[in-house]
Amino acid sequence: MKPPPKHRISESKARQAAGLRPELELHQIAATVLRLAKQRGVPETEVHIDENIQALTRFANNTIHQHVAEHGVVVSIRTAADGRTARVTTNRVDEDSLRTAIEDCLSLAEHQPKDAKLLPMPGKQNYRRVRHFFPVTAGLTAEERARAVKNACEFAEKHGQVAAGIFSSGQQQSVLVNSRGLAAAYRQTHATFSITMQQDSAASWAKGNSGDVRQFDPAKLTQTASQNAARAQNPTELQPGHFTVILQPAAVLDLVGFLFYDFAATAVADKRSCFSGRVGQAILGRNITISDDVYHPLQLGAPFDGEGVSRQKVVLVDRGVVKGLVYSRRSAKQGGTKPTGHGFPLPNEYGEAPMNLVIEGGTMPVDEMVASTERGLLVTRLWYIREVDPYEKIMTGMTRDGLYLIEKGKIVGAARNFRFNQSILEMLRNVEQLGPVCRATGEEAFEMVVPPMKIRGFHFSEATKF
Amino acid sequence: MWDYGEHALETARLRGATYADVRVMHLRQRDLTTKNGEVGTLGQHESIGLGIRVVANGAWGFASTDQLTREGVAGCAAQAVAIARSSALAKKENVQLSPEGTYVDSWVGPCHKDPFEIPLESQLDLLLAVDATMHKVKGVTLSETDMQFRKIDTWFASSARSKIHQRRVISGCGIVATAFQDDGIQKRSYPNSFGGQHVLGGYELIESMELLRHAARVGEEAVALHSAEQCPEKSGTLILCGSQLGLQIHESIGHPIELDRVLGQEANFAGTSFLTLDQLHKLRYASPIVNVVADARIAHGAGLGTFAYDDEGVPAQRIDVIKDGEFHGYLSSRETAHLIGLPRSGGTVRTEGWNRLPMIRMTNVSILPGQWTLENLIADTDDGILMDTNRSWSIDDRRYQFQFSTEIGWEIKGGKKTRMLKNPSYSGITTEFWNSCDAVCNADEWVLWGTPNCGKGQPMQVMGTGHGASPARFRNVTIGKAFAKQ
Repeated sequence: MKPPPKHRISESKARQAAGLRPELELHQIAATVLRLAKQRGVPETEVHIDENIQALTRFANNTIHQHVAEHGVVVSIRTAADGRTARVTTNRVDEDSLRTAIEDCLSLAEHQPKDAKLLPMPGKQNYRRVRHFFPVTAGLTAEERARAVKNACEFAEKHGQVAAGIFSSGQQQSVLVNSRGLAAAYRQTHATFSITMQQDSAASWAKGNSGDVRQFDPAKLTQTASQNAARAQNPTELQPGHFTVILQPAAVLDLVGFLFYDFAATAVADKRSCFSGRVGQAILGRNITISDDVYHPLQLGAPFDGEGVSRQKVVLVDRGVVKGLVYSRRSAKQGGTKPTGHGFPLPNEYGEAPMNLVIEGGTMPVDEMVASTERGLLVTRLWYIREVDPYEKIMTGMTRDGLYLIEKGKIVGAARNFRFNQSILEMLRNVEQLGPVCRATGEEAFEMVVPPMKIRGFHFSEATKF
Repeated sequence: MWDYGEHALETARLRGATYADVRVMHLRQRDLTTKNGEVGTLGQHESIGLGIRVVANGAWGFASTDQLTREGVAGCAAQAVAIARSSALAKKENVQLSPEGTYVDSWVGPCHKDPFEIPLESQLDLLLAVDATMHKVKGVTLSETDMQFRKIDTWFASSARSKIHQRRVISGCGIVATAFQDDGIQKRSYPNSFGGQHVLGGYELIESMELLRHAARVGEEAVALHSAEQCPEKSGTLILCGSQLGLQIHESIGHPIELDRVLGQEANFAGTSFLTLDQLHKLRYASPIVNVVADARIAHGAGLGTFAYDDEGVPAQRIDVIKDGEFHGYLSSRETAHLIGLPRSGGTVRTEGWNRLPMIRMTNVSILPGQWTLENLIADTDDGILMDTNRSWSIDDRRYQFQFSTEIGWEIKGGKKTRMLKNPSYSGITTEFWNSCDAVCNADEWVLWGTPNCGKGQPMQVMGTGHGASPARFRNVTIGKAFAKQ
């Protein structure tokens, strides 16, 4: 949604305020590293440079209490020689410091056993273009964030509530090159507005996140959190048990997000994935299809991985069947397949992971899910989720900031927060309804594209005191 | 480094800041891991920069930069002041700071063997030997080891003319064996899970852990768990080993006593606390045998929460948190101490790095030793379960209701440790749980455990905290809910 006109920021002003270095400067630093490494006789060198500008306005008790900004450049160098590789990272970019970093890297590498499976660095790649940089977001100023926060705090005070949250914005760029001619570059912006509204002992929450700050409206999010906090008053204590639940997208994200590493080929090979021995099996419901797709219009992220390999869209679960995994170059070679562009920077022991999950949705809005529910609970978000059993993927955690009781198709009040112990695999076999997808943002998992879900038999084991 | 700090302070003053403090920090880190007999991560990281925190127009601003030039530092300080002025747009009251002295000092934490000077080959040789020992145990499907070393130099200066340099070296190591069978995945770790044990100190920690001596046992226990009985679901007596009790302290005492949480400053993310201000000196937090302190002084031990001065320039202190079972004190800062009537900050403010705002963090939040040996405690227990090494942890956003599971359990019958139990877990309400504590083991069993991965704040900061703990016994605890029939 677009913010009110008074909060719009002109594109020209945004360009003035944007502070990333010209991409050429990063390439020049990378070229210096490659030159120094070549002079030193290093057979293969990779350079990854990240520049970050981040700012965050934090508020609580209806006032700004923290307000920060940072700007930094990090150069990460990997050398490879004779089956030995290592990585050194520094934020000193003068030539002497880069020379020292190369020497440190060589020193680390030479003191390890030879790795017969180390692959030569990849050569030149072709990348699909993504548009994830929005000057309007890059140009957001401290004062503009503060004014939006001030509006939220005034709204809270007017409604007898207490607001806490953040309004953050930032921009980053990356350059990845290697001595075999690979050259990749990427830039993106991001913005987040998150608000918790507290009314007496109750609270509710709303959050928006996008590369384009115009895609969410802090005022709307404030209103949503405020209304939901008001109806979270006087929660009823229910007996724990199995409930039909409607999970808002943030709750779906934070729970299902814990599956992401299970889709790594290395995790399956290491037998630490819940999909070990289950690839090809129908272990989820037929209405569940999951892919990894950095090119989805609601996604952010670079179109290449930690080695510079182009990211592919991968269908991970097709109508309940675990169909695909993601592969780095190394795991692909071991698995006799092609890399999918999901590798982490080398050297590492984890291999790869999908970072842009998309769960296919349906058409039923949350309101209609509620209307179709005889008795159940509407869950705003989940909190402190941890893995209890890695193979059955049993997760524990708490509901937070708004748990609402549904009876005969209507929300009839709030319920005290519950602890759940629930297998994600079982949960994804019990999905009855799916809503439209959105770019969901929570606190436990990175942002993904997911729908709200109505699920039967969700297991709440204990209640807390509020 | 002092020149950069002083230039930043002077720029802030000229721009109108009424208070400023600055930290120039130089962080060096080395990470080594192995997996299944091969080197995994092998990396070194260095970061240097400056962060400045100012009060202008009665409000806070913070900015950081890695441009350590006069121009870069001045620009950063000017940005911090401009941010503070914009903060004042939504200000309710002027920032007030509790009074604090001026200190000019230099402090170096304990480090007998600089880990960055130990030959890398010997570090990798040890990890690979441990890895191989675990992996050759039949049934182990994944063997992993890690070491991490950090050296952090901080030059702190403030507009109150304090100038403090501190150097802290932190070392850590851990090993994990995982066994996959058709019925699931079991794992064992040593000396602790999720990265092992971490302390303020050098390579002497690694040597003292005797990783190789424990490797085969760790592997064998991971495999044996598959044949073990499932931990029952019941209400009963629980004995927690020291590392798990350390995490229990962290989650159900350390976080609730953070005054910024109590005052609502973390309401949007980390949460608030059930320890509202009216509970101070009134709440029966625990049974009378429980005494808990927050102690950052080196006299308490070389933990991840040990320093000479916090990142506001306040000297390290010891605070009584729970005294004979009664709730006695919060973790405070210069901004929050006066709000609860304290004459000065408790000295608990720390930052992850030069680019992060210092905030209230746990120091070493520790339970003081009791009288029991573990042997005597087990002998005194007719029917109970001993649980060791954390596997998962979770607690609500006000820190009432928690659930933990551990890697391994042991049934205690008739005063003897008997059969192994798999998938142990327990849960409860914080104050009910601590009030059920009827025995704490003695100083011989007490270890200052390091939690290297405590997340808090926005942007998120990861901080190391210390937790001294010895095994302890709790009665009438809810056991086994995590694996209750789904």
